Amino acid sequence: MSERRAKSAQIGAGVAVAAILCCGFFVGRGESLPPQHSGQVSTRANKNEELLRVAGEAGRRGGRIVIALKAEPKTLNPMIAADTPSREVISTMQADLVHINRATQLTEPALAKSWKISTDGLQYTLTLRQGLKFSDGHPVDMEDVLFTFRVYLDEAVHATQRDLLIVGGKPITVRKVDAQTVTVAFAKPYGVGERIFDGLAILPRHLLETAYKEGKLAQSGALGTAAHQWAGLGAFRFKEYVAGQRLVLERNPYYWKTDEQGNRLPYLDEIVFLFVPSADAQVLRFQSGETDMISRLGAENFSVLSRQARDYTMADAGPGLEYNFLFFNLNDLGEKAPPEMARKQAWFRSEKFRQAVSLAIDREAIVRLVYQGRGAALWGPVTPGNARWANTAIRYPGRSLDKSRQLLAEAGFRAENGDAGEPKLVDADGKPVEFSIITSSSNTDRAKMATLLQDDLKQLGIRVQVVPLELRSLIDRVTQTKEYDACVLGIASFDADPNPEMNVWLSSGGMHLWNPSQKHPATSWEAEIDRLMEQQLTATNTVERKKLYDRVQEILVEHQPMIFLASPDILVGAKKNIGNFHPAVLEPYVLWNVEQLYQRNGPENARR
Amino acid sequence: MSARSRLVICAAVLGALHVAVACAGFLAPYDPTAQDREHPYAPPMRLHFVDTRGGVHLRPFAYAQGLRAGSFDEYEENVARAIPVRFFVSGAPYRVLGVLALRLHLFGGDAPVYLLGTDGYGRDLLSRMLFGGQVSLLAGLIGAGLTLSIGLCIGAAAGFWGGWKDEVLMRVAELFLALPWIYLLFAMRAFLPLAVPPVKAFLLVVVVIGAVGWARPARMVRGIVLSAKERNFVRAARGFGATGGYLLRRHILPETGNVVLTQAAVLVPQFVLAEMTLSFLGLGVPEPVPSWGNLLASLQHYNVLASYWWMYLPAFAMVPFFLGYLVLASLLQGSSRTPKIEEASNWV
Repeated sequence: MSERRAKSAQIGAGVAVAAILCCGFFVGRGESLPPQHSGQVSTRANKNEELLRVAGEAGRRGGRIVIALKAEPKTLNPMIAADTPSREVISTMQADLVHINRATQLTEPALAKSWKISTDGLQYTLTLRQGLKFSDGHPVDMEDVLFTFRVYLDEAVHATQRDLLIVGGKPITVRKVDAQTVTVAFAKPYGVGERIFDGLAILPRHLLETAYKEGKLAQSGALGTAAHQWAGLGAFRFKEYVAGQRLVLERNPYYWKTDEQGNRLPYLDEIVFLFVPSADAQVLRFQSGETDMISRLGAENFSVLSRQARDYTMADAGPGLEYNFLFFNLNDLGEKAPPEMARKQAWFRSEKFRQAVSLAIDREAIVRLVYQGRGAALWGPVTPGNARWANTAIRYPGRSLDKSRQLLAEAGFRAENGDAGEPKLVDADGKPVEFSIITSSSNTDRAKMATLLQDDLKQLGIRVQVVPLELRSLIDRVTQTKEYDACVLGIASFDADPNPEMNVWLSSGGMHLWNPSQKHPATSWEAEIDRLMEQQLTATNTVERKKLYDRVQEILVEHQPMIFLASPDILVGAKKNIGNFHPAVLEPYVLWNVEQLYQRNGPENARR
Repeated sequence: MSARSRLVICAAVLGALHVAVACAGFLAPYDPTAQDREHPYAPPMRLHFVDTRGGVHLRPFAYAQGLRAGSFDEYEENVARAIPVRFFVSGAPYRVLGVLALRLHLFGGDAPVYLLGTDGYGRDLLSRMLFGGQVSLLAGLIGAGLTLSIGLCIGAAAGFWGGWKDEVLMRVAELFLALPWIYLLFAMRAFLPLAVPPVKAFLLVVVVIGAVGWARPARMVRGIVLSAKERNFVRAARGFGATGGYLLRRHILPETGNVVLTQAAVLVPQFVLAEMTLSFLGLGVPEPVPSWGNLLASLQHYNVLASYWWMYLPAFAMVPFFLGYLVLASLLQGSSRTPKIEEASNWV
């Protein structure tokens, strides 16, 4: 089940990374809380430190939590991390200038205590917090910030963040104003606003500059790195890595946040990440008390755990941002296409055919049988979990086989009597309508959806074969060889904003799955989506952006290039002993407030 | 009980089981692929003869099951609604042995009666088990038949003609023994086009495993042929001018009969297992076609193991088949005393 979310990490490192860093919502000016001036060096703030005070239940110091990861992180280096485990670990070890609060989905001051926007919207002025130190005790200064942007923007480094820092075709320019202030200028107004800074980890120049000059930056931050050679500004720092078993992080004593009493965060001494590849094994470990928290749960395992819950709480955080959909092969295959494929594509290109298929799908059954009711039926790409961007004017009309048959008849299809009285749909040439749907064999949820679709379409007389494929060969068929009829896939965005999805909706995008990387938009409505998406990118007004994106959603629903199916809830669990457990629908679901998590009964009980 | 009567009983039981599977359409109340989306993971229904008021009925009945409000998989019996079981009812269409189209079912009810419960799509497990047996047993029989016929031909040829032919054939057999067939299948599947109908693709796969597995029986047959061709009665026949073909047909191959039968009894379950392994790994028959392998595949998931005990039932249903075949194999082995050869040699 965890494969469900793992999927999109592969289908588009692009979207994945884009999403983490992303963007979009203009919330105005950030204000930081007044600095704290009390207490001792280690647990309280120093005089010259401007620490960020965060609201929340006051916890107790000490203890550790154990969490399972489905795979070993590939790296600790935020510049090259593309896989989910790496990103999850890095999020606890690094910090950004401005951060998106995963619960409120709004921006908050982080390393920058405040920021200002110029009236033309082209320039941001950020003021750095005073007295910041990296997790190795080395002070942070403006040179670190400048170094960070230089590295991210350097083409030779191939940082995954680079694409996001290109606005209006030009890289952003970063200039130092004084020791605490920096300006960031865009070539064009940028609708995303200060969200662009989320996920841009500020890097330690003193540790990385040599590697950067030697051009070896991509090699640094490997898991074998010695703990003292790696530092960040996150709540935890690297302690130990045992290949194949675990990764241990320890408390960063120089962290820049305090609780409401002025105690320096984080509360926990250690986080231990265990590597447990199978979802079922993760459930068993959690059940036996070996791990303290579990996220990325499938509905079925969630209900098993809920049924037997004793010393842990299970939480349904509500619909997430993942959307699953069916799409047909609408690629222009040119001359090389076999005649059979050309015939099938003639059906797929018919909008009425796609609408008929869409109307025949029992989405409620998908939610009930695949997600055990812990999900939402989808009619458009924006899930109910993303209330801010969903176009509420678009309503799911419900399943209607009659309407569906009517549309098929209008499109020239005929229903005949087939074997044993079952209906059989034939096209205008009398050829039976049959196609195959490919799905990822490792994703049981989507395989189940495909089996339900197969049965839904059988009632229209369409014979569907479900072909489970290994994920990599599936992606290869969809994006490279284009040898497939239809496919069920899902995309999970990492931010609510539409911007990380640019490469899904733009006709030139590599993730424009039904017909990727087009030179010119193949249809007029794809051209319109292109235009609207480009417009919303530079519109600085949220209302305006929402209006443009609403229109994009309308077009998608009208033309059904993707037939949206359902979206699962974010399901997580934690021991009752863990304080401040507030799961969010944005990644990292349970670790986003890691600095505030604590063991209620104190460290003595938490030790194993 | 004599060995012979045990053999007869064993064969009769196995035969009955095969007939049951062959007549799956009649015995199964529903279409194995029909989804009842209101009843996912419904537990087996109990048949009653006595109702809640103590009234005794001759016709068995079940109480309707409904999902408990707000639950996904917890059912409660609705004692107000009894579903009498009716026999010889008309229902979902099916074909007997792929030819005869019928609608007659052994039993059914006005509302669904799930004697062994349903799976995650609300499909009747009993129907799936019976129909699944068709695919799995067919795989076993075709696979074993193919393997044995190839093995018999090659083994007999190698043993009878000997010399360099024997050398070559046996080295090739060793090569085949060393083939990692599971990887071979992965490779095969990758080369098949996407849209091969599931059953056809699967039979192709069975044919391949069948064709690859000939080496072991071939070596056994060769051993017997080698010893049989030196027997006195064979020599005598040769002396009377019998040709090679006649000798093989008339005198030598009959000697291998017991070994071939024993091998068949061992190989059939082996190929059924192979089908199950493949389906378990997702290489066999795809959804929604049932086979024993993909019935078991759902047990891979922890939640199914932990929550729905009736999903284990297909595993138990296979036990009599395997047991039957293995008992048959051991009985056949016990009876193969090679009497003919001994008696024949005494006469000379």
